[in-house]
Amino acid sequence: MELFELTVHALQQKLASRQVSSEEIVKSIFARINKVDDKVKAFITLTEEDALNKAREVDNAGQYKGIAGIPLGLKDLFCTPGVNTTCGSKMLADFVPTYASTAFRRLEEQQGILAGKLNMDEFAMGSSTENSSFFATCNPWDLTRVPGGSSGGSAAAVSADEVPFSLGTDTGGSIRQPASFCGVVGMKPTYGRVSRWGVIAFASSLDQVGVISKDVYDNALIMKIIAGHDHLDSTSAALDVPDYTACLDGDIKGLRVAYPQEYFGSGVDAAIKDAIKKALLKYEELGAIVEEVSLPHSEYALPAYYLVAPAEASANLARFDGVRYGYRDNEAENMEAMFSQTRCQGFGDEVKRRIMLGTYALSSGYYDAYYLKALKVRRLIADDFTRVFKDFDIIVAPTTPTTAFKLGKQSGDPLTLYMNDILTVPVNMAGLPGMSIPCGFDQGMPIGMQIIGKAFDEATIYKAAYAYEQSTNFHTMKPALGVE
Amino acid sequence: MKAYDYEIVIGLEVHVELKTKTKIFCGCSNRFGAEPNTNVCPICSGFPGALPVLNQQVVEYAIRAGLALNCEIASYTKFDSKNYFYPDLPNAYQVSQYDRPICSNGYMDIYVDGKPKRIGINRAHIEEDAGKLVHQGSITETAYSLVDLNRCGVPLLEIVSMPDMRQAAEARQYLEKLRSTMLFAGVSDCKMEEGSLRCDANVSVRPWGEQALGTRVEIKNLNSFRSLEKAIEYEARRQMEALDDGEVLVQETRTWDEEKQVTRSMRSKEEAQDYRYFPNPDLPPLVIPREWVESVARSMPELPQQAQLRLMEKYGLSAYDVSILTSSPEYLAFFDRCVAAFAQPKAVANWMMGELNKFLNQSNLQITECRFSPEHLAELLKMIDEGAVSGKMAKDIFAEMFASGKPAAQIVKEKGLAQISDQDTLIAMIEEVLKANPKVVEDYRGGKQKAAGFLVGQIMKATKGQANPTLVNQLIDKCLSAE
Repeated sequence: MELFELTVHALQQKLASRQVSSEEIVKSIFARINKVDDKVKAFITLTEEDALNKAREVDNAGQYKGIAGIPLGLKDLFCTPGVNTTCGSKMLADFVPTYASTAFRRLEEQQGILAGKLNMDEFAMGSSTENSSFFATCNPWDLTRVPGGSSGGSAAAVSADEVPFSLGTDTGGSIRQPASFCGVVGMKPTYGRVSRWGVIAFASSLDQVGVISKDVYDNALIMKIIAGHDHLDSTSAALDVPDYTACLDGDIKGLRVAYPQEYFGSGVDAAIKDAIKKALLKYEELGAIVEEVSLPHSEYALPAYYLVAPAEASANLARFDGVRYGYRDNEAENMEAMFSQTRCQGFGDEVKRRIMLGTYALSSGYYDAYYLKALKVRRLIADDFTRVFKDFDIIVAPTTPTTAFKLGKQSGDPLTLYMNDILTVPVNMAGLPGMSIPCGFDQGMPIGMQIIGKAFDEATIYKAAYAYEQSTNFHTMKPALGVE
Repeated sequence: MKAYDYEIVIGLEVHVELKTKTKIFCGCSNRFGAEPNTNVCPICSGFPGALPVLNQQVVEYAIRAGLALNCEIASYTKFDSKNYFYPDLPNAYQVSQYDRPICSNGYMDIYVDGKPKRIGINRAHIEEDAGKLVHQGSITETAYSLVDLNRCGVPLLEIVSMPDMRQAAEARQYLEKLRSTMLFAGVSDCKMEEGSLRCDANVSVRPWGEQALGTRVEIKNLNSFRSLEKAIEYEARRQMEALDDGEVLVQETRTWDEEKQVTRSMRSKEEAQDYRYFPNPDLPPLVIPREWVESVARSMPELPQQAQLRLMEKYGLSAYDVSILTSSPEYLAFFDRCVAAFAQPKAVANWMMGELNKFLNQSNLQITECRFSPEHLAELLKMIDEGAVSGKMAKDIFAEMFASGKPAAQIVKEKGLAQISDQDTLIAMIEEVLKANPKVVEDYRGGKQKAAGFLVGQIMKATKGQANPTLVNQLIDKCLSAE
């Protein structure tokens, strides 16, 4: 196998045993990127020179601890000092932060090496990465299809072997859905598990940083590094982070697995339902106890989400006013015009749509009927999960109702596009950890299985995911991409 | 109707800057007067991905202020975003507290014509300050404006009174007492000129006896106690005249024009913004344990109200006197120390409120910058009391004390200013004067009592005013009648 194809833990072994240098790995990665990224278009910014310099530094030091010398990609909303952080938007096309997001800083402290910044739906709003101000990313399994979103670049880059792992964010499914579409492993941990400091906000009460990787082991390994309390984020939890890789023993005998009937409705493709049912049989085979449950309020998650998330976004995105940084319309004749023209020209349609939705939902006279009501629904959704988790360790469901759809197919129809998130959004509303792992294919396109856990119990999800992964080979499948 | 047919109703919204070392959500210095945009960071200047972390000292100061205003301190409170666009507001929302203020239902007692009056405090809440714009000339003609974000994220406490005040002077009293209460509580330096104490006034009028409140007007840009008083007087009169002319008042915000001494309309209620308040998702709700509140309460120093009662009861001073003596903790401490050294409180109060304030105001100094100590003032007052110096001389000595900081005794010695009260010295001088002015002596003996005045004048002249005038009079009488 080529170096670029390897997992993080395989690269760690090769580095530790001095079979390869970090420089060779980084060179291999960039050779791969140069070869396939014209097709996949996962990267907005590449940091090849810096990456090579850092790789040589690591090699010269000769210490390969943790992820030292291993390249990575970041969704382009993680602030990286000295490197453009665009959030997929014209508004921030030239924005260069002076500060590092905590998640990235923790990877850098272990001498992980940034290969580049990955494409995304503008301000993380979307499910196809077609909302990027710059270009659409393609699904490595079929370049005429979307990679999902909003962390589409992060999922596609891992799927296409352009980086061994990447970070994304998940507000309503933005890690799990693209991981599912691209046939890779994506974990959105519990809200509060990973610091949001330095991550450009979409909806603060829902946004959560997570890992996209080639397999479950890598995911657990990286999660352990980035998770944990951060005094810079008041919503980050002051809880110890277990050693996630230590619990990957494949033993899930007696694990109580629930599958919610509402997540297997008529909107979900038959092939996907079949794949998940097969996976459930696999779990039974492995010694787990599998039962059907009900999460009756999950069906209200999507409408409630489309009030809460846009409301928070309308406030979070108000700072992009052209005054201090980012895009500004210099032709404006006065202050008011400068604000409105800057925002009119700097933001894309979907962002503007959600700002308007959120502004409306928070307006005087509508607040109680919309925003406050949505918060109440949110509580009911969370209560459903709490009830199920009294008797079960994990919940298994499809990640998405369909596999990756064609580029351009849903871009004119926001409501259909929003339906992509219907199975992932309830997890964000409840603040719970959720993961997507490959569990089959439908007409050559990957299918994702979603595993949902108790709050701050990512360990059990990893354990269950690992046991399944070890007994299947979906995660080892690679897209052809029409290259040697 | 006439002005006396209306009742004026006033409520104040006061912002005080809390004097924490750092800002409310970041580690930037909370210091006034730095170079523009030097006390800034990604958090307080609203950069993407930056997050707020609440400064615990802000909460502690808010609790202190709330307790000083007899408020209930919430055990659960939260922060909300108030959304609006302006170049000095980097996040385009101000973090404030909407429906769950940290302090509520308090009161403060003021004195109106010597009688106590209780003014209700509706609420006091924590919020962050915005930056400021620097225009090139006037705001309407400026080609561009510069933004200074130093003040962004400075912690504020907004204290909202009930509409309990009925005249401009009461509002002024309230604001003065509020200021001194915040100073004593140690939570703010309350400098109006630096903006660390700001006040908006809500003013309405209604016919006497009417229960319902009239249409309310909010007045902004009140930069001094005096402008507060003037603006309320003007605005109340304007409203009464408008009503008399059959006009319908509109709820609006008006600004005080200091130069023209009028209020001018800024915006009406219809133009008011919808701030779309909602809970700030980056700041978790704040739970305040009772023990915290209790420990703050235990550490509370004497407050103006308690000090005022003490001075009135113990020394019999007037409500007016004590309100001035308690204008700041330092001023009261000066008084207390002075009285400790010279137990005539009324005399001490008179000298502090008279000469001392006059000199402090003239030189624009604070009591803390006074060059002599309270004990030095006590020494001077003692010299007056003992007749060692006359009242007039004491004022000259005081001026010298204020200028040089030297003790009174030293000034008296250096300038030879001591009052001559020694009888033998005076009698010797009187005899000389009598000898030199036989004509006057004759007049006096002939019944012209007034002639003695001339003789006294001669003595005072000869001693450069240092002779004890009462004693000189007595002695001249004695000498003339003896012969």
